Amino acid sequence: MHEVTFELNGAPVSLAASPIRRLADVLREDLRLPGTKVGCNAGDCGACTVLLDGEQVCACMVPLGQVAGRRVLTVEGLASHGELNPLQRAFHHHGAAQCGICTPGMLMAATELLRRHPRPTLDQVMDRLGGVLCRCTGYQKIVEAVLSVAHGHELSPAPPAGAAVGARLPKVDGVAKLTGTEIYGADYVPEDSLWLRVVRSPHARARLTIGDLAPLYQRFPGLVRTLAASDIPGSNRFGAYPDVKDQPVLAEREVRYRGEAVLALVGDAQSVYAITDDDIPIEWHVLEPVTGIDAALAASAPAVQTDKPDNILVRGRLRKGDADAAIGATTYVAQGTWQTGFVEHAYIELEAGYARRVGDRLEIGVTTQAPYMNQHETARTLGLEPTQVRIIPTACGGGFGGKLDLSVQPLVGLAAWLLDRPVGAVYTRPESMACTTKRHPARITARAACDAEGCLTAFKFHADFDTGAYASWGPTVTDRVPLHCTGPYFVPHIMATTTAVLTNAPPAGAFRGFGVPQAAIAHEALMDMLAEQLDLDPLEFRLKNAIQRGQTTPSGQALAASVGVRQCLQALRIRWRDWRAAAERSNRSTSTTVRRGVGIGCIWYGCGTTSMPNPSAMAVGIAADGTVTLYSGAVDIGQGANTVLIQICADALGIEAMRMRYVMGDTDRTADAGKTSATRQTFVSGKAAELAGADLRRQILRMTNAAAVARIEIGDGIIHVRDDERDHVIDLTALPELPQGDVLRGVGSFDPPTTGLDQDGQGTPYATYAFGAQIAAVEVDTELGTVKVLRMVAAHDVGKAINPTQVEGQTQGGIAQGLGYALMEDYVPGRTENLHDYLIPTFGDMPEIETLIIEDPEPLGPYGAKGVAEPTLIPTPAAILGAIYHATGVRIHQLPATPDRVRAAILARASLRAASSE
Amino acid sequence: MIDSYLRPAKIDHALAALADRRRVIVAGGTDFYPQRVGKPLTGAVLDITALQELKGICEDRDVYRIGALTTWTDVIHAPLPAWFDGLKLAGREVGGVQVQNAGTVGGNICNASPAADGTPNLLALDAVVELRSARHTRTLPLAEFVTGNRRTNRKPDELVTAILVPKPPDRACSTFLKLGPRKYLVISIVMVAAVLATSDDGSVTHARFAVGACSAVAQRLPALESELLGRQAGPALAALVEARHLSPLSPIDDIRATARYRHDAALILVRRAVGTLSRHA
Repeated sequence: MHEVTFELNGAPVSLAASPIRRLADVLREDLRLPGTKVGCNAGDCGACTVLLDGEQVCACMVPLGQVAGRRVLTVEGLASHGELNPLQRAFHHHGAAQCGICTPGMLMAATELLRRHPRPTLDQVMDRLGGVLCRCTGYQKIVEAVLSVAHGHELSPAPPAGAAVGARLPKVDGVAKLTGTEIYGADYVPEDSLWLRVVRSPHARARLTIGDLAPLYQRFPGLVRTLAASDIPGSNRFGAYPDVKDQPVLAEREVRYRGEAVLALVGDAQSVYAITDDDIPIEWHVLEPVTGIDAALAASAPAVQTDKPDNILVRGRLRKGDADAAIGATTYVAQGTWQTGFVEHAYIELEAGYARRVGDRLEIGVTTQAPYMNQHETARTLGLEPTQVRIIPTACGGGFGGKLDLSVQPLVGLAAWLLDRPVGAVYTRPESMACTTKRHPARITARAACDAEGCLTAFKFHADFDTGAYASWGPTVTDRVPLHCTGPYFVPHIMATTTAVLTNAPPAGAFRGFGVPQAAIAHEALMDMLAEQLDLDPLEFRLKNAIQRGQTTPSGQALAASVGVRQCLQALRIRWRDWRAAAERSNRSTSTTVRRGVGIGCIWYGCGTTSMPNPSAMAVGIAADGTVTLYSGAVDIGQGANTVLIQICADALGIEAMRMRYVMGDTDRTADAGKTSATRQTFVSGKAAELAGADLRRQILRMTNAAAVARIEIGDGIIHVRDDERDHVIDLTALPELPQGDVLRGVGSFDPPTTGLDQDGQGTPYATYAFGAQIAAVEVDTELGTVKVLRMVAAHDVGKAINPTQVEGQTQGGIAQGLGYALMEDYVPGRTENLHDYLIPTFGDMPEIETLIIEDPEPLGPYGAKGVAEPTLIPTPAAILGAIYHATGVRIHQLPATPDRVRAAILARASLRAASSE
Repeated sequence: MIDSYLRPAKIDHALAALADRRRVIVAGGTDFYPQRVGKPLTGAVLDITALQELKGICEDRDVYRIGALTTWTDVIHAPLPAWFDGLKLAGREVGGVQVQNAGTVGGNICNASPAADGTPNLLALDAVVELRSARHTRTLPLAEFVTGNRRTNRKPDELVTAILVPKPPDRACSTFLKLGPRKYLVISIVMVAAVLATSDDGSVTHARFAVGACSAVAQRLPALESELLGRQAGPALAALVEARHLSPLSPIDDIRATARYRHDAALILVRRAVGTLSRHA
């Protein structure tokens, strides 16, 4: 221990600590400033950026000893006296923070930039902020915010009562994210907590025997308890589906993927991290893993799970008309095979949380997308009643599907239950990447046919998905993909099948789009190929076939309303023609080395879970002091649900949105609003929030016998209800308190009308669909195979944009993930378990993105709204691949389109052409 | 936990500490911490960042002396002749600005990653490594200092104190090309450093090339260097670069690219580097 003195945010601090400790840890743990976030501890993500003597550094790589006598500035030092500084205000105004986990690092890097260059250029912004990764925003709003600081920014006035829907309301949780006061999973662990570390399998497939652990306790006195499978009091198996519980909380006699949890160590933090895996007596009998779809389907393949001897977890199927006959009846047929790999969510916030026992109940604070599912699953594993488990979601630093499944919940829960001490756990980055779910690798073979006029007649599709070792959301993918496999076109004859194949890989689960992004690569390439066969323009070909109101989907559902795909395509038409012409001009006039191209992707996406009940319930209450609170079980994972639901509810109630507080996801204080996935929160929970607001308004009007158009104004302990004739007053302090604590309360619930599907996949799986189309302009260096996306424009039919800033943010962020998927992201177990080998887009990889919001209202949705989150990623890879084809004449059939793959395809095409010309 | 942490201000104390016992040397921390994610910080550490005399770049009669603690940001901002342009370009590619502010030139060569951004340029500049111990001072050409993937000739009691760059001919210019799958924070697929000088009549008098990330240690291309000597600089020069000049490389297949691709891309990048420099010359 050394005494170290330095200046922190303008004030001297002095503390005794080991001088080799990471500055980030000292700030967070010893100095209780959790605004500095840790995303990797390796300098790969920049979330922990602070200024040291005015220069940006990663606090995770600065030894405390080097800070002695120097000045440290953290995010907590930016605002003064509760007032956001101009940079923070710009971030707030522009919606530059989504989940907010990278925001402190972004702010600090930008602070350094603006001190050097008060009027920075775009390149300076990118260069100086380029060391911070963001997974949500696509960076554009961050760049705009930083550039705008020089011009000064006042927040636009808050919308008046009744005018929040459609307004660019800054995030209701924005200020906390900008000042470092937001609490994420790792930011609050009760004092006197024990720490839990999970021991994981280094092998993809092995049998194991855990030896005598008693000597560990002697060697490491700080070790308090170890947990093994035999310690799980309830069911050791969990899973996303009620009928598929196949994943062990802790491995029993066999592990099925690298990273599978084997043992938990509970003790003081220093001890559980000092115990290395080599210290733990585990005897491994390593077996040859089943790797990849082909190996798993081979007749000789061992069974990954013993009760699934053919390694097939589940199949999906859809049949409409007679696809084979229709294909046989035309000469215009396109076909191909496409392959994709594992993709990692790469949210910057690591899985983290704590549990404490409160009497015969457990309280779990955790970063999650699904508090109510967590509650039930955790209770099952611990042998408790669901009501005995309270989940309190923290702010979520990015989810994208990866925080739907259980992470730390059952283990910290069990440890806290058994030891009656609070217990916390935070994954490391390599651990997070190794053990959590991934996007399914796919191998798709598809065929599309049209008639001589270019009208689609038939579609045949088969996809095998590598679902990894356990089910997770694999069945969702096999169900959802056949329904979406044609893209947003009317096709009379369809045959589609899917298979989820078990392998010894990490469980593939939910990831923005549930398999539909994979399918979109295939259907969009087929559209391009058919258009080429008929010498039709690719956009016009799509427009000709775009599904319209009244036509039936592949599942036979007649679309009654809100079918905006044609509007999306029409909105893109002028840019499409201009950009294509410009690219072709450029290719004629310049060298053959660098070629330009423009491509298009067009998609649709059912909002809500597939053919299952999907309800949300919301409540809004007024307390005796006049505080209005939305009790929302819907978790905001950065996409902005807190803000959007308040905008909707406030308008329905008729008060200013800024007056409304919220409680998010706490299972003791909210009702079940389902999980944050499937692009459902704005549509489903939004409708429930609207109904809750309307219910409360109705009660207030009834109490005062006021007219329906009356204005409601809520003050301290009082409500004024004013209509043309009178000013009615409700004295809130005179009302009896309801059991939940408020004096007035409105509730609403909504379950979108859907049906089950028959054996041919026919029925009404979704109540509404989102539509979108994007075009991408790229530049390909044909000698190196590198692809640079220059510009994109995206048109998305969202029904109604509750908050246009957030719709743009979702679009830009979805495109960033789609671009990464197309060009660089490839998760290889054991090889890319960090953020420098697993690459996500940086500032410099993103094109300028224009967002066109299309609003074809959905009558079922709140104020006409449906969803936007997942759809924004889905068309991007297809648009980029189409652009590569336009530029070079090569079709890429395997993602990601890395430079070596693009170059190999260009060389293969050249040698084919040389051979055919001989 | 760390049982000894020393951060001496005098080099003699640092060398004595290294003579005393085996210690991990920490400077910018940008390799030390990433190698210990989720692991305890154990052993003995010598933090050399208080050794002021190891910081900064100075010019002597025949050489530039880059102190081992010179950060990449220092390199980028130093007023240096054109033959350092390649090293400056490399500095801008080392991690993000955070890493450039903390990471040092000495640390980059000692870490000895095959993809170290600094090494190709320093090899192309014929850099020499200065090592000191309590007993002696010695120098070693960089090419001999780095012996393999994360292996160097530094003895446990030695400290790299400086990198010495001999002055090339006055008119030498340099460049650096890095190829990676994304813009920032990227580990190279291939990188090429080149230094070229010409005489008044435009003939090449000095040519140095080094290619990184295509072998365990970045490699010079001596056959190409002698091929170009005496040739006339100009647009035709790049066409002289042929695959056979890349024979010192031994690229591998890995997650970033195939070996074949690396070889082809190296050829393209060397040609482009020659093209760029022969336009300058």
